Amino acid sequence: MIQNPPNLGIDLDPVRHPEGCRPGIDCDAWVIHGARVLDSSTHLDAITDVYIADGRIVGLGAAPAQFARLPAEHVKAEGHWLIPGVIDTWARLREPGLEHKATIATESLAAVAGGITTLCMPPDTDPVLDSIAVARFIKRRAQLAGRARVVAIGALTQGLKGELLAEMAELTEGGCVAISNAHYPVRDLRLLRRALEYAATFDILVVIQPQDPSLAKRGCAHEGTIATRLGLPGIPVSAETAPLAQLLAIIGETGARVHINNLSSRAGVRLIEQAKAEGLPITASVSAHHLWLSEMDTDALCGNAHVQPPLRSLRDRDALRQGLAEGTIDCVISDHQPHEMDAKLAPFPATEPGISGLETLLPLVLKLVDDGVITLARALDALTFKPAQLFGLPDAGHITPGARADLALINPDAFWTLDETTLRSAGRDTPFFGWDFRHQTTMTWVNGKRVFHRLTEA
Amino acid sequence: MAVNFVRPILPKLSPDPWAIQFDAAGHLKHLLTIEGLGATWITRILDTAEGFMSVSDRDIKKVPLLRGRTVVNLFFEASTRTRTTFELAAKRLSADVLNINLSTSATTKGESLLDTLRNIEAMQADMFVVRHEQSGAAHFIARHVAPHVSVLNAGDGWHAHPTQALLDAFTIRRIKGDFAPLRIAIVGDIKHSRVARSQIHAFNSLNVGELRVIGPRTLIPNDIEPLGVRVFHDMREGLKDVDVIIMLRLQRERMEGGLLPTEQEFYRLYGLTEEKLKWAKPDAIVMHPGPANRGVEIESRVADGPQSVILEQVSNGIGVRMAVMALCMSAES
Repeated sequence: MIQNPPNLGIDLDPVRHPEGCRPGIDCDAWVIHGARVLDSSTHLDAITDVYIADGRIVGLGAAPAQFARLPAEHVKAEGHWLIPGVIDTWARLREPGLEHKATIATESLAAVAGGITTLCMPPDTDPVLDSIAVARFIKRRAQLAGRARVVAIGALTQGLKGELLAEMAELTEGGCVAISNAHYPVRDLRLLRRALEYAATFDILVVIQPQDPSLAKRGCAHEGTIATRLGLPGIPVSAETAPLAQLLAIIGETGARVHINNLSSRAGVRLIEQAKAEGLPITASVSAHHLWLSEMDTDALCGNAHVQPPLRSLRDRDALRQGLAEGTIDCVISDHQPHEMDAKLAPFPATEPGISGLETLLPLVLKLVDDGVITLARALDALTFKPAQLFGLPDAGHITPGARADLALINPDAFWTLDETTLRSAGRDTPFFGWDFRHQTTMTWVNGKRVFHRLTEA
Repeated sequence: MAVNFVRPILPKLSPDPWAIQFDAAGHLKHLLTIEGLGATWITRILDTAEGFMSVSDRDIKKVPLLRGRTVVNLFFEASTRTRTTFELAAKRLSADVLNINLSTSATTKGESLLDTLRNIEAMQADMFVVRHEQSGAAHFIARHVAPHVSVLNAGDGWHAHPTQALLDAFTIRRIKGDFAPLRIAIVGDIKHSRVARSQIHAFNSLNVGELRVIGPRTLIPNDIEPLGVRVFHDMREGLKDVDVIIMLRLQRERMEGGLLPTEQEFYRLYGLTEEKLKWAKPDAIVMHPGPANRGVEIESRVADGPQSVILEQVSNGIGVRMAVMALCMSAES
């Protein structure tokens, strides 16, 4: 767990440490009846009633004593699953800086429609998220939107330039749940080592996206048979494993908690597995699209399959799936990157990388459960409890009395198809158009307030 | 437990990306890559080209096949030879030709590429001949043009240069006849070569006896074998019993990326000299898609020698490009 850094007299971010909420304005009392309640933290899997008041879960099964006096709203949820709201630890919302692609308002709505209640936003905004002012701005925008909670991941180095350390302690005090240099490399290994040492002082989680810029230079697809055939500049697996191996050596010396973001290769999974076996304080995530797509999907030269790190071979994809099943990979992210239409209207190498992934994150992971790749408990753990633990959100990611009422009600037999009309994100850049899914979010609560209801929503 | 209710949900198959080359009736409409053409279409193009070859020998070098049609040469990358032969081919078919050279620096964003396209479309063009530095550019344009427009790929990134491969096949067929007993070697920078990729697909479609690629590991992709080639790193071994030697152009910037130490070393190991030419069959022919770097990948005496067919390739290029234009334009008429 994150230790709270000393209070330097700065207003602590209530997003991370909420002061409670005003009944009827910020939250309501709710009773959710008859849903199958699933919570991986307590291995709960039972049909029961859930009571919510003051933004918190106040009871499971029987109504707590004081609840009878509250005017509560009732939801009949028979046949549905009630899960802790998904925590997506890596989603770009494009604000501030790239509002022509998307805004916090549009994307936080897309998030709750996909069962996501907490979004962690990487620091590669414009201006860069290396000051408390930007973190506050993001928080305000999210509060105004009134949908998902948005927490910031602060910058590791000033301006993400990899030259000077950012004010990590202040950033985390101001509400940042971790720090990261996003996809910008820290070329100077001495600086990287010192950044990790400094972060370790305050037990701050450091999120690292391992990709060597020289090995990946101008690359746009996995270096393999498909890229060779299509004449696409390739990104070798070593672009991921070389910096990862370097990083592991440094972590061993600093003891910093490091979270490897968005693994893409079999060799990468192996390195993480070894490092974990040696007891290094390391965790890892994979994006939902890397669990389903491979280099074969770049075959159609469709820009929507252009992502960084690239979609690799089927063998890599299977290793990622296995890594997730065995727990080598801790959590699944959306790696959400909404784009305006023009960003993808170009020949494959000239398109901007990224997938709009908020609304497919939960359905894609639950689809793995249907295919017998992972258990339902593991799927929910990777989307809710595990990220809550890693990113220092102790009162989210589980359904126990006292926990924050961030919940998603899932229809497990919705059978729906992703198309232009069902997508809410401002980014239409998804390779999953036309895919059939089974699970669909019906309602979402954040802080005890219902922020999404599929039936009443326009 | 509702979990037992599982319906196998398979990802939908994307339509065959090469199918876009054909119209609803199965007729060739765009030429973007050799893949998907098969021996039937390649042979049909080569046979048609044979018929057009005589046009160039006439007093009046024109047939009225594409009279009243507009062909736009849309070149985002510098080219002289390819653009000129496309232009000549179009003119000999009596089409109106418009040459548009756009530096990619002015059109780095996809939106401007589409904008450019829309603007030229508005000029009632019937065919685009496209060269672009990005792989997949011709596909992208074919996917977005108005339905009556045909697109010919004149080279996209490292991906494909189908008319070059077709004219090479045409040249080889004219000299050697059947492909089945032939050994063909492609030498040099395979990795960055759209010509090599298209040749590999073309010769394999035509059932070539053996196809080899020769070069250092830095210039040959790891996964090239599944495309149907044998990889050689030694020139003497690679040229043994070879009937056709295709030398590829070595871009000077390859030295900067650390792919090769020096031009001299490349020339010493892989440059085609008279001496190395003796390692191939005595009646082997030497080809080069041009423009050749004399003294880098090929010795002048070989390029101008009796076994060289480099200039024949150029004149054959006009006939082959006429054939492709005529076939693609006949799709909708």
